Amino acid sequence: MFEQVMFWLFGAGAVVTAGMVVAPPFNRNPVHAALALIASFFCMAGLYMLLLAHLLAVLQILVYAGAIMVLFLFVIMLLNLGDHELGKQSSSVGQMIGLVAMAFVTSKLVVTLATSADSLPHGADPAAPEALVRDGFGTVATVGDAMFRHYLVPFELTAILLLIAVIGAVVLAKRNL
Amino acid sequence: MSAALHPASAPALAQALSTPHSLPHTAADLVAQPWLASLLGVGAIMAFLTLNVLFLIWAERKVSAWIQRRMGPTEVGPYGLFQTLADMLKLISKQLITPSHVDRPLYLLAPLVVFAPVVVAVSLFPFAPGLAVTDVDLGLLLVFAFAGLGIIGIFMAGWGSNNKYALLGAMRSVAQNVSYEIPLILSALAVVLLASHPEGVTLEAGTPSAHTVPLLGTSLAHITLAQEAQGYWFVLVQPVAFVIYFVAALAETNRAPFDIPEAESELVAGFHTEYSGMRFAMFFFAEYTNMLVVSMVATVLFLGGWDGPLLPGPVWFFLKTYTLLFGMIWVRWTWPRLRFDQLMRLCWGLLVPVAILNLLGAAVLAEVL
Repeated sequence: MFEQVMFWLFGAGAVVTAGMVVAPPFNRNPVHAALALIASFFCMAGLYMLLLAHLLAVLQILVYAGAIMVLFLFVIMLLNLGDHELGKQSSSVGQMIGLVAMAFVTSKLVVTLATSADSLPHGADPAAPEALVRDGFGTVATVGDAMFRHYLVPFELTAILLLIAVIGAVVLAKRNL
Repeated sequence: MSAALHPASAPALAQALSTPHSLPHTAADLVAQPWLASLLGVGAIMAFLTLNVLFLIWAERKVSAWIQRRMGPTEVGPYGLFQTLADMLKLISKQLITPSHVDRPLYLLAPLVVFAPVVVAVSLFPFAPGLAVTDVDLGLLLVFAFAGLGIIGIFMAGWGSNNKYALLGAMRSVAQNVSYEIPLILSALAVVLLASHPEGVTLEAGTPSAHTVPLLGTSLAHITLAQEAQGYWFVLVQPVAFVIYFVAALAETNRAPFDIPEAESELVAGFHTEYSGMRFAMFFFAEYTNMLVVSMVATVLFLGGWDGPLLPGPVWFFLKTYTLLFGMIWVRWTWPRLRFDQLMRLCWGLLVPVAILNLLGAAVLAEVL
């Protein structure tokens, strides 16, 4: 019961705030859009929490809401763009492509959700999610174990990729060091 | 005792988290109704925070007075103790003025967004074995996550006020907070490495109730237990991390010598220039609570939390916390303010590289110890 209420609260919150990021009356102001995105990340963290992925939920707040979005806001604040610099609404062709893409993703989502009930383990009770996952699921120890043992190579490769991106950004910004 | 980075066995950890003596219980265990328990917990935290802010503001004024050879507040109550209470009554009775060209939703929400996360952060601390409002294995991460959110509120206040001083203050504050969060977390990470003992340590060795529990470095209670079990506080093995943490914490809380976001001689009052009455008081409340949070984190990470001889746990915990807070006040009234470029150079040129090297050293140390 409690989970149900929280799910609808966070789910509705995530959808509404995500809509506020892109929907017309709000998206004219980049600061409002960025703050709506932060609120959306919060609701997503709540959903992760309901899925017992506690570490992921905390990292969502720490990294996305607390660090990356703050940088977004900082850049918006530095640029301080007015309506004329932001340009007019994108062309109708672009909107059409966007609509088609959204319809495609939505249909995929509906099909996946409709068939997902069958993919639960046999005899599992969806009302008791703790029973569906392994012991210690979502804790720091389990996630760390998975990341640094089973997926060590992809993890290290990602680190190298990020390092390349950082060096690239520095080189682009500081042409004449 | 060896090695922090050995693979953890998840079931063992999960079991340890539910073993009676290994961890402090939460306040929820004391009361039958979970809703009542959380309500009581939040009420207790709010009452404590209010008292703390009243006391800290008084202490700030008294300490600054001593340092400048003045008397400080003397009139209201013994030693002027109730001066802050009188000031608060004044702020409550003041008119709330909303300037005409503000971005209303941002302007009105900002004090709340600054205020709420720090209250959440305080509720995560273990004040004694068995005394914590909420005790989770991710305590340290959660504290940093919520303590870092206040900056969004500062941005909202600065941007929403539609005032150039407020905007400049918010810009400085965001740049400073984003930069100093890096050495802050890197220095805390060094302690997390030392505090992790997946294969377990023996608690209360030599007593009949001695038992072995695996420890996880991200739990605030476990960090304290690790220091209790090893018999020394982490400040002794990580003095560099402690200094880096303290300097970065001063910057994170916008305290002098890093108070350029609200440098009154150039920016009026920085990001809260356009706020009056209780809205201004909420920023003040958040600032002093933030000082408390960073000091409590330092107490847990470096000074052994509730660990100490003779006196009961909470007494030690708050003794250490308020000693650190005294240090923060002392620094504010004896150091001149840094210039912005000096501030950035200190962070990126000195604190970050030293913190990274220190983390490397801590990893080696964790293998050796």
